[in-house]
Amino acid sequence: MIRDNSYTAVMARRAEIMKKAVGIDYEKFIIKGFAFDYEKMMKEVGYSIEEVRSIQAETCVGNTPLVELKNINKLIKKLAPKGKGARIFLKDEATNPSGSFKDRRAAVSVYHAQKLGYRGVIAATSGNYGAAVASQASKRGLKCIIVQECYDSAWRGQPEILEKGRACEAYGAEVVQLTVGPELFYYTLLLLEETGYFNASLYSPYAIAGIETLGYEIAEQMKELTGKFPDAVVVTHAGGGLITGTARGLKKAGAHETKIIGASVDLRGLHMASDNDFNKKYFTTGHTGFGIPFAVFPDRSDVPKNAARPLRYMDRYVLVTQGEVFYVTEMLAHLEGLQRGPAGNTSLTAAIALALEMDEDQTIVVNETEYTGAGKLPSAQLTFAKKTGMIVKRGDPIKEDKPGKVIAIPEHPSQIGYIEYPVEDMKKSYLKELIKREGRSEFTKEEMEFLKEDLRATEDQINNWIKEIQNY
Amino acid sequence: MNAKKGDWVQIEVTILNPQERAPQVPEDTKKVPLQMRVKGFLLKENASIGENVDIQTMTGRIVTGKLVAVNPKYEHDFGEPVAELITIGKELREFLEGDGQ
Repeated sequence: MIRDNSYTAVMARRAEIMKKAVGIDYEKFIIKGFAFDYEKMMKEVGYSIEEVRSIQAETCVGNTPLVELKNINKLIKKLAPKGKGARIFLKDEATNPSGSFKDRRAAVSVYHAQKLGYRGVIAATSGNYGAAVASQASKRGLKCIIVQECYDSAWRGQPEILEKGRACEAYGAEVVQLTVGPELFYYTLLLLEETGYFNASLYSPYAIAGIETLGYEIAEQMKELTGKFPDAVVVTHAGGGLITGTARGLKKAGAHETKIIGASVDLRGLHMASDNDFNKKYFTTGHTGFGIPFAVFPDRSDVPKNAARPLRYMDRYVLVTQGEVFYVTEMLAHLEGLQRGPAGNTSLTAAIALALEMDEDQTIVVNETEYTGAGKLPSAQLTFAKKTGMIVKRGDPIKEDKPGKVIAIPEHPSQIGYIEYPVEDMKKSYLKELIKREGRSEFTKEEMEFLKEDLRATEDQINNWIKEIQNY
Repeated sequence: MNAKKGDWVQIEVTILNPQERAPQVPEDTKKVPLQMRVKGFLLKENASIGENVDIQTMTGRIVTGKLVAVNPKYEHDFGEPVAELITIGKELREFLEGDGQ
């Protein structure tokens, strides 16, 4: 029998392919309509903190150092008004085997794939997760295919993604590189069908359980270093997994008061699936192009129910500009002797701006760093930006930055700031999209209970937002 | 350039023609095909660039496509020195150690 491999036919087989490739029957967690039992899914399918720690220890993942950025903190004290200037600590996740926190996610996914008897793993990712899956797969003797969105139609490759592809190949993976488009998912389904490999999705309960140890370690290490849990943890936000896992881990360690602040690079206005816009972005992740859509509709991911649900955990969401992050990347190397980035430096940039407003006895943790080098360095990205016609200048980043046109690199550290993006606006967008998808604004009791958890809101708030959307 | 059996090569495959693309794709992307590149070992005795060939990838899959490179090189690099970045470290150090603003 010849299978119909057209876009529509493959997408229609999606649920069936996924069930075979993830080994989870998501149906059993459905309560009613769109409502599902998130905690039950995390408990039954995921692993406990203790189990995850021992799985990760087998492949040298986790237990990364947490360091105080003393010189940057001195700089913050110099800039801050009297009594202000919180201390920043950095979780050096670049010291994981493949150079980022993504090893935590991959460790559990690949362990699980091996346990279930899959011969190989596939991950659709243009990020560090590819190298992480490839590295874990090589350690556990599984085959690995990484599917990347990498080029525009003129075969111009994003340097950061090209580097990530090289890293995957260095660990022995097959790297499938595609031109721009959401059909990356379609092609991944075809590969899953062809190979029978495990879908090491970024959004499975295993992947999220893998990040919980990061939040847990932060709570423990801060307690040891400072005698208390941190006042805030700033998390670079893209697909929502890092924020979800970190927050869950912090809570499991007892840090219930710690504020969870998401930070993304502001790339609003650039279309993520546009061939023209693709190479006008000099950050390939940790930006609004993923951050906003994945927060307002988590289940757009490659699994039926996404385990990464950022609106359950995010207390604030702040945006920073590309120029600021490049500036802070230089700062981290020159003042702290740490050549890291780019993604983790998004949250560091936000943390610096936030520290200036927080009290001097407070602490902030930036929860990740990543390895850097060819393709990933500010010099690589800005050389590429200049070649693609971008204006690169020194100037006020908040006022002068224009995604896709101007990159303004601060002239002075006092210009490091952030743009507040109200979390409430994302909760309203979540509802608006939900109403549109469902074609109704009346929800069952079970669905309302689910929404209260998924939006961390009261029934009154939700009803008021629905009214607001209908009157708009 | 010519390639011989067993050489490490890269091929190109059109996955979806413009008219076959997903409905939600923006207009500019809809005008171009979805294409794919993958590397592997050439299975044929001899082949030249542009020819349709079979390769065996790292995972052992056999994929057919147009030969585009033999011994494909990683072309990304560290970039050129960027004037807007070079002085940042020095400026910050001076600010940190100086007494002015």
